[in-house]
Amino acid sequence: MEPIYLDHAATTPIHPKVLEEMIRAYETTPGNPSSIHRFGRDARKLIERSRDLVAKDLGTESKQIVFTSGGTEADNMAIIGTAFSRKDKGKHIITTKIEHHAVLKTCEYLETLGFEVDYLNVNEHGVISMEDLKNALRDDTILVSIMYGNNEVGSIQPIRDIANLLESHQAVFHTDAVQAYGSIDIDVQDTPIDLLSMTAHKINGPKGIGFLYIRKGVQLDVYQHGGEQERKRRAGTQNVPGIVGLAKAVLLSKEDLAPRTEKYMHFRQCLLDIFDESGIEYKVNGDPKYFLPHILNVYFPGANVETLLTKLDLAGVAVSSGSACTAGSIEPSHVLSAMFGKNADESRHSIRISFGRDLSLEQVKEAGQMIVKSVRDLVKN
Amino acid sequence: MIYFDNSATTKPYPEALDTFLKVAQNYYANPSSIHRLGSQSEELLKRSRQQAANLLQVSDKEIIFTSGGSEGNNLAIKGIANYFKDRGKHIITTEIEHASSYLACKQLEKEGYEVTYLPVDSEGKISFEQLKQSLRKDTILVTLIHVNNEVGSIQPISEVADLLKDKPTTLLHVDHVQGVGKVPLDLSQGKIDLCTISGHKFHGPKGTGLLYIRHGVNLSPLFAGGSQEQGRRAGTENLPGITAMVKALRMTLEFKKTHFSELKRHKEKLIQGLSTIEGITIHTPKNGSAPHIINISIKGLKAEVLVHALEEKEVYVSTKSACSSKDQQASRILLAMGVSDSDAKQAIRLSLSYQTTAEEVDQFLKILKTQVADLRQVMRS
Ligand SMILES: Cc1ncc(COP(=O)(O)O)c(C=O)c1O
Ligand SMILES: Cc1ncc(COP(=O)(O)O)c(C=O)c1O
Repeated sequence: MEPIYLDHAATTPIHPKVLEEMIRAYETTPGNPSSIHRFGRDARKLIERSRDLVAKDLGTESKQIVFTSGGTEADNMAIIGTAFSRKDKGKHIITTKIEHHAVLKTCEYLETLGFEVDYLNVNEHGVISMEDLKNALRDDTILVSIMYGNNEVGSIQPIRDIANLLESHQAVFHTDAVQAYGSIDIDVQDTPIDLLSMTAHKINGPKGIGFLYIRKGVQLDVYQHGGEQERKRRAGTQNVPGIVGLAKAVLLSKEDLAPRTEKYMHFRQCLLDIFDESGIEYKVNGDPKYFLPHILNVYFPGANVETLLTKLDLAGVAVSSGSACTAGSIEPSHVLSAMFGKNADESRHSIRISFGRDLSLEQVKEAGQMIVKSVRDLVKN
Repeated sequence: MIYFDNSATTKPYPEALDTFLKVAQNYYANPSSIHRLGSQSEELLKRSRQQAANLLQVSDKEIIFTSGGSEGNNLAIKGIANYFKDRGKHIITTEIEHASSYLACKQLEKEGYEVTYLPVDSEGKISFEQLKQSLRKDTILVTLIHVNNEVGSIQPISEVADLLKDKPTTLLHVDHVQGVGKVPLDLSQGKIDLCTISGHKFHGPKGTGLLYIRHGVNLSPLFAGGSQEQGRRAGTENLPGITAMVKALRMTLEFKKTHFSELKRHKEKLIQGLSTIEGITIHTPKNGSAPHIINISIKGLKAEVLVHALEEKEVYVSTKSACSSKDQQASRILLAMGVSDSDAKQAIRLSLSYQTTAEEVDQFLKILKTQVADLRQVMRS
């Protein structure tokens, strides 16, 4: 039986239309975008058209988009690039305890170089407090990096408030929008974000491609040197089919954003109804109001997460315990620990269910029943 | 149509595309996910790494997948420089590196490293003696381009590797991007410490590459984040890209067995034909150059003009390296070889592949001669 895939926050299957456009690009536009002949021009046209689409979707101009090899690279480029280019203005950075490792480890690396980093706490809903941020902000703060939506519990941060607050401060505002992109509406025209990262493989696009939005006037130190691609901000022959695929995925996710959101909300409610009806004990982790609709993180008291995942896997339900990059070894989730305290029960007894485009209601209901059955087995013993 | 710009980029093999397609469709899960689908992806990733290792005659633990040649060169050079900065800050390279190595070194100079750029002779080769004399106690890295991308000259890598064998504190990195499948490089003896290759130069996908890092060699990563690629290269793996690249690598190495002498014949025939053109200078050395690159200048003809004249006849060649071809300056490589500024500004590069046919070679010579004659006619009148 084909497993029911409920791990779309880890990665998503590529959309057939995305794949189709990529293959067409591979076959018909194999040139190097930097070449001066027709093959080069055609390839250049393709990536610039893709860049226009992406920029329009985000509410910005094309030249503010720099393509990268994914979310991790975009996060690193934003954080390291800002830190190095602004080190004369200060060495203080603010982030949160619930960032993805692409941000956390990068900040930890900067600490080894003499930067000072404050990791903001979150409340039990996984949201930071504006008060904490204001208090942490100093004259020598050069960068604030706060994720848009969390990849484990789906909580959404008060991005607009943060962006507005920082408008009158020298600090650059970066947000990791890898999970939020395509899941909620994001527009940098009405929210003054300086830097924003995304990756295509979370929105049914290809792996190995993403972008960093860089607001006009924001300077970054280059960290990958070489050719003059991407306006000298990121060297390396561009991944033309990847960029084409990314743009297609962005378009597709814009097209069906509203019905998809509705669908996921319905899935979510269905699962919660199934849990309620079964009488098993559970609690939803995350913010009850501001959350990414594709992520549902649930705490099942008494159900050891490792055993639960194994059981579900055998039963053909693919869910996860947290971020895929750390899932290889099931350590207690750093996000849940930040929300509920170190060694909190939640951090060892919660699973992340994440929805995707191709899921049917039947599959979700079936998975819901499996989860109930597995939790019951575990809690009984 | 004659595409003689294979050093800029190559068209993917249909078989490699097929692999890309199949893997994108069937192995979409994240290799870091612990469920069955994730394990299947992880298994395939492991197999691809093993295959790449077998093809390069190294061990699978020595292969790190990257997003391309520029990343590989940056990771190798900065990664070693950063990791060993307490041991020494001296680096040796050449004046004819690809921009991604050259500018990575320039950046390191700004950070307090000392870099020796070895000059080359009129054949585009460094002097082994000079390299030997440049070695110091605090030399932590020698980084050399194996096959130059503009003129095809080959550096004496194995001699350097032998020399450095007894100097464990000086590591050797080779930019093998243009050499793959064309000019052998022996990694099996473990005398080369790091080696960069890029998928799109041998009919694999753009945005793929790998860095060989000899067992026991440490370096600092360029990106922080998840623990993929043994913690040396964070970010969700581009599995379709990786498998397609490995497929293309295997095919290229097979073509080398069956088509190498043919490729050499093509080049010889081209050189013979070119030599009869009045006012031509062939910058590629007669002996000891790669079988697929020829760099020429034709007196009185501007490179761009000639490239476009050829393009009218659907013949595609390039002026110097693609990623810097938009600027009008003379090639840094040719200047380093002692070519005059005016000659260097007239240089064009022809680059072949194992797909090149004898008919294309004949056609090319015919078209080139006609176009040159026409252009000269126009200029005289
Ligand atoms: C010798 C050499 N090194 C490195 C590179 C960079 O590779 P990539 O375009 O994959 O970043 C190239 C080609 O552009 C090259 O020819
Ligand atoms: C919030 C967040 N940031 C960054 C990343 C890293 O993106 P990528 O895997 O494309 O490098 C991920 C996913 O892995 C993520 O969920």
